[in-house]
Amino acid sequence: MKVRIKFTKEGPMKFVGHLDTMRYFQKAIRRAELPIAFSGGYSPHMIMSFAAPLGVGVTSTGEYFDMELTVTIPTDEICQRLNSQMVDGIRVLSARQVEDGKASKAMSLVAAADYLVEFRPGKAPADGWQTRITEFLKQPEILVTKETKKGEKQVDIRPFIYKMNLQNNNRIFLSLASASANYTKPDAVIDAFTAWLGQELPEFACMIHRLEVYADLGNEKKHKFVSLESLGVEVQ
Amino acid sequence: MRKLALSDEILLSVDKAARYIGGEVNSIMKDKDKVTTRVAFSFPDVYEIGMSNLGMMLLYNMFNKRPDVWCERVYSPWLDLDKIMREQKIPLFALESQDPVKEFDFLCITLGYEMCYTNVLQTLDLSQIPLMAKERDESCPIVIGGGACAYNPEPLAPFFDLFYIGEGETVYDALFDAYKANKAAGGSREDFLMKAAQIPGIYVPAFYDVAYKEDGTIASFAPNRPGVPQKVQKQLIVDMDKGYCPIEKPVVPFIKATQDRVTLEIQRGCIRGCRFCQAGMIYRPLRERDVEELKESARAMLKNSGHEEISLSSLSSSDYTHLEELVNFLIDEFKSAGVNISLPSLRIDAFALDVMSKVQDIKKSSLTFAPEAGSQRLRDVINKGLTEEVILHGAKEAFIGGWNRVKLYFMLGLPTETEEDMKGIAHLAERIAEEYYDTVPKKKRHGKVQIVVSTSFFVPKPFTPFQWAPMYTEQDFIDKAKVVKEEIRAQLNQKSIKYNWHEPDVTTLEGFLARGDRRASEVILKAYEKGALYDAWSESFRYDIWKEAFAETGIDIEFYTLRERSTDEILPWDFIDAGVTKEFLIREWKQAKGEVVTPNCRQKCAGCGARRYEGGVCYEGKN
Repeated sequence: MKVRIKFTKEGPMKFVGHLDTMRYFQKAIRRAELPIAFSGGYSPHMIMSFAAPLGVGVTSTGEYFDMELTVTIPTDEICQRLNSQMVDGIRVLSARQVEDGKASKAMSLVAAADYLVEFRPGKAPADGWQTRITEFLKQPEILVTKETKKGEKQVDIRPFIYKMNLQNNNRIFLSLASASANYTKPDAVIDAFTAWLGQELPEFACMIHRLEVYADLGNEKKHKFVSLESLGVEVQ
Repeated sequence: MRKLALSDEILLSVDKAARYIGGEVNSIMKDKDKVTTRVAFSFPDVYEIGMSNLGMMLLYNMFNKRPDVWCERVYSPWLDLDKIMREQKIPLFALESQDPVKEFDFLCITLGYEMCYTNVLQTLDLSQIPLMAKERDESCPIVIGGGACAYNPEPLAPFFDLFYIGEGETVYDALFDAYKANKAAGGSREDFLMKAAQIPGIYVPAFYDVAYKEDGTIASFAPNRPGVPQKVQKQLIVDMDKGYCPIEKPVVPFIKATQDRVTLEIQRGCIRGCRFCQAGMIYRPLRERDVEELKESARAMLKNSGHEEISLSSLSSSDYTHLEELVNFLIDEFKSAGVNISLPSLRIDAFALDVMSKVQDIKKSSLTFAPEAGSQRLRDVINKGLTEEVILHGAKEAFIGGWNRVKLYFMLGLPTETEEDMKGIAHLAERIAEEYYDTVPKKKRHGKVQIVVSTSFFVPKPFTPFQWAPMYTEQDFIDKAKVVKEEIRAQLNQKSIKYNWHEPDVTTLEGFLARGDRRASEVILKAYEKGALYDAWSESFRYDIWKEAFAETGIDIEFYTLRERSTDEILPWDFIDAGVTKEFLIREWKQAKGEVVTPNCRQKCAGCGARRYEGGVCYEGKN
């Protein structure tokens, strides 16, 4: 049985990096005594795969990983058993059975993600930025410098910003491309925006929160984003 | 959600912020208003190292069983955070509550190795507690030192209110009770220390005075007030079935600790009596844990931690009576669930090879031997009962079993060492290589045999028969390593032998700190003030600072390192009764010089003195 887990990562847990979060779940699965499948060989490892890695310092209510169980278990029981082993800051929101096969791997499905960005007290750009988001998006291209293995290169991220709008008059909602080829960091968008405003943000000015991660059931021309969770089904 | 002591901005600008957030699985949270005594337990090194220390976790677990005590963990902030905390005057905090250490009742510091001494001062300093015990007032926590280095607490004496000598399981309860009673009665800090000094195993340095002779040796060491014992007696658990407080729920770090596994302590002490080994002397007598209890304990710890590896802990696992039963149980029970089983300190024999072939990949693993000395003569001097015949036989069996990697550990600078002994290291490595080529036919070889020879420099430690021995100069040490290196290069199979050795500067300093007296504290303080920190880390160890500290305090390191002490000299740690008697140590020192081997505890009692604890191996089969 292939199961997709959706979980949160909040509070102090935002300081635990991606690899350590994977190790955390490996140990939690053992404590929950879930019958996870192992690869063969002398040092067998658990068959599990994480979707989009989350940067240190970013919180989330929409994280995912897939795992393979050797026995079918009702999905709400999986959820319950994992939740009995969580620490403060991580909660399992759902467990869903998903199709087997490489094409349906959480990692390779990721196409987009939603974020909320809030400025820390006293670290927001000068007033007036709230009304200029539409204008920012009207630019034909938004060039940012990306560091690659071969050095720096200019990338136009405008096509990768699917949505950007103001919420509550103090925070920015972002929907960004997140496939491996077009992965766009929310802080890169905020940096481009404030640079365009002609302002420079102090270090650690933003608090970033990931809301959801999506697969794309449509195509390049017409996206049809669905949450990774909704691709699975509950099992009784 | 828990509030952290450090701001997001700070945590995002330091390496591995998860070191400082607490909140790990099985870490213990209590309501601070519902406890009477708050204990901050520190291991003065970085989190990943400190979290791997078994002794500290045993006591954390045990203290927190008391409803009136909340024990929390403290580790050394790494250099990046250390700098920020100093600049911004942020007080050092405990991981669980994130509250400042200075608000606690006790600060217990584990002294695992000498090279952490400047980190002890860092812990006090960042906690905003005066470094000198005599400058502390009623508001300061009581600062306690314990662990292996507390067997010579003198170099740290002025920085501690009291030391706990021996295994923590025995009198901490009495100490906490005395503290509570004193607090309830409105007693002062001094009143408490006086009560503490009367508890066996507790040493309050301020209650003792030292006088020195003109030649620098100790003239006298005695209590400076009535009611304080002349000798402080080492504490230990006599009956492991009753006194041992097993960990059921190990704390599981978020980041990878050095020992990312369940550690199962199978026994304490050692029967072997290697004359250089402090642990083998101070933890006498050998006391085994019940095998059924160990099985239960392994099961509980694996289940509650979710770790994927379990390791047996002891000084010499092969001497555990029920080892075969225990190891087979672990393999049968947990191997299929993907749990790795790690067996350090196993003597290589048929059983060990059989077990190793079951629990590890032969192609990736190596055999480890610790002959410690290169010649039989010197092995007799140090009482290491491992013969060349045994090593070659073990290696041969292993080569037949498919292994082709061997690690060999030796010490250079042992008492009475000659050039022949040093060269013996190369010859032994060569003979093992030859054994491989003789044993394994060409067709069956997977490349060359790989032999890795590592040497460290010998540091004499208190309460060992070598506590009187001189050390060598750094140049001598370098020359010794050169002798080994050149002799290895002269061997037929030199291409199969790799040689590693350590720099000698840390060794010299370790030797000074290990056998120092109270005056050594001046050097530690000076070095710390000049910026020495994390001396156990080669990347941050600054010998130049220490050299300046010696020069500025006028303390001669060679007095402590190069001098052979006479057996009637008063040694700084003589006021501690560590179980082994001075008569026994002197006898062993003479036996060593005479190249005479002493049988192990199971073969014949050597009358070391530990028998008066009335337990363990001394009473095996004599119920």
